[in-house]
Amino acid sequence: MRREGLLNLVLALLLLALPFAAQMLGEPFYVTLATRMAILALAAVGLNLALGFGGLVSFGHAAFFGIGGYAAGILASHAFNAEPLLGLPGTDQMPVIWLVAALVCALVALPIGAISLRTSGVYFIMITLAFAQMVYYFAVSWPAYGGEDGLSITVRNGFPGLNTANPLSFFLVCYAVLMAALVLMWRIRDSRFGAALQAARQNDTRVAAIGIRPYHIRLAAFVISAVVTGIAGALFADLNRFVSPSMMSWQMSGELIVLIILGGTGRLFGPVAGAILYVLLEFALGGLTERWQFFLGFILLGVVLFARGGIIGVLAGKARHG
Amino acid sequence: MTLLQASAVETFYGPSQALFGVDLDVGEGEVVTLMGRNGMGKTTTIRSICGMTPARAGRIVFAGAELAGLPPHRIARLGIGLVPEGRRCFPNLTVQENLVASARPGKWTLDAVTSLFLRLGERLRQYASTLSGGEQQMLAIGRALMTNPRLLILDEATEGLAPIIRQDIWAAIRKLKADGQAILVVDKTMDEVLGVADRCVVLEKGRTVWSGGPAELTPELQDRYLGV
Repeated sequence: MRREGLLNLVLALLLLALPFAAQMLGEPFYVTLATRMAILALAAVGLNLALGFGGLVSFGHAAFFGIGGYAAGILASHAFNAEPLLGLPGTDQMPVIWLVAALVCALVALPIGAISLRTSGVYFIMITLAFAQMVYYFAVSWPAYGGEDGLSITVRNGFPGLNTANPLSFFLVCYAVLMAALVLMWRIRDSRFGAALQAARQNDTRVAAIGIRPYHIRLAAFVISAVVTGIAGALFADLNRFVSPSMMSWQMSGELIVLIILGGTGRLFGPVAGAILYVLLEFALGGLTERWQFFLGFILLGVVLFARGGIIGVLAGKARHG
Repeated sequence: MTLLQASAVETFYGPSQALFGVDLDVGEGEVVTLMGRNGMGKTTTIRSICGMTPARAGRIVFAGAELAGLPPHRIARLGIGLVPEGRRCFPNLTVQENLVASARPGKWTLDAVTSLFLRLGERLRQYASTLSGGEQQMLAIGRALMTNPRLLILDEATEGLAPIIRQDIWAAIRKLKADGQAILVVDKTMDEVLGVADRCVVLEKGRTVWSGGPAELTPELQDRYLGV
């Protein structure tokens, strides 16, 4: 456990140091790369609660990622056109956007979870995918906000007291949110709720025999997980200053799962390690060939066959999986 | 006062009937043992009480509440703590997490359980999968106690354990009985179980065929119903 703690600290510091080093080297592009790592890590941290701790393989989390993105895009476009939604001011401020993204994601995740969690195993994977595809096609066919072409965010949304147009400031915002989410996950994992969630992953009947209804525990985890991923989506939209239905595509859902498997399923910093590696590969291999996913496939195969605990598993030893 | 009353319980696994009419009472503070050869329906009776394989006919009443149609977690919350056959802890959780996850308010707290089973107290941070068989059994009992049950059900709690560990577990069961805990126990070690039980219920082919005090269970009856 102590080795994992040390590794987590190293990963956190590494990610924090990266953009500062880039700044000093005069390579501002790397700051954006680090921001991308932090945001994808945040999205996967959300999914990891459901997938890693709860054993719920959601193949539809891109829907929440996209909903968060659209929350940012829609609010920003209304604010930019000086026609704030429902006449409320401040819709170009990140805290407001995050709140809206979180609320909308929770509202959408609740019925999706309530229905999907009646199934399990491969059916759960398929039904979450089906819901995500519904959300995807809804976005594609909604012309008011760009439809298939997506929606541009002309000016990056603000954060009180910071100039978010500065890449380093924006990175720090994303990094802070990521760390806050990790603290939340750490608290959840070590709480009674977390223990019950992990127990339910192990065995439904046993959990019921001690008087806990696994369904409610899983539903709560699914909703929290969707909310965290949704906030990541809002940040992602702000990073690219653009949101489109592709954020909700099933490939995106798959990417989030790949991140977690690379980093270490059910490990607190698994998604962070996975996101750092994924973005590095995307950058390094993507520079060599457009078909870089071919090599990613080999790496994933290697991890699944020889290092099932992912990066964290290899470096910090035995996983929590029993 | 009767805590648990099962009458004429019939249970099926799909089309095949396993219980053909089980009658069973457990009073407050009473220790009742369910006996019978292998395959006579002891575990099925327990599964029916806990709602895991609900009975199709007959009545099961616990503390005045009808159990028919209730899902397992509701039955557990009414105050039935099950220690399932074969231990079955949550191997991916630590000892402490196993205990805390099931906790409901009452006199059984983490401290109370670890003072009943000192070995659990020494191993709170260890994963349940790394415990010995006996320790896992203690953990399974501790987990059931943490729900502060009015009735504790022990299904083969000492099966496959070293004699010295069995003694520890029986000592704990006797302590629980002295505390006034109602217990329904299934076990194959005749001497121990008869020593602790207030009443015995014997099943044969899914029916209750005999019940009475342990002293009345003569060697002839034992041979008739329980001998191999």
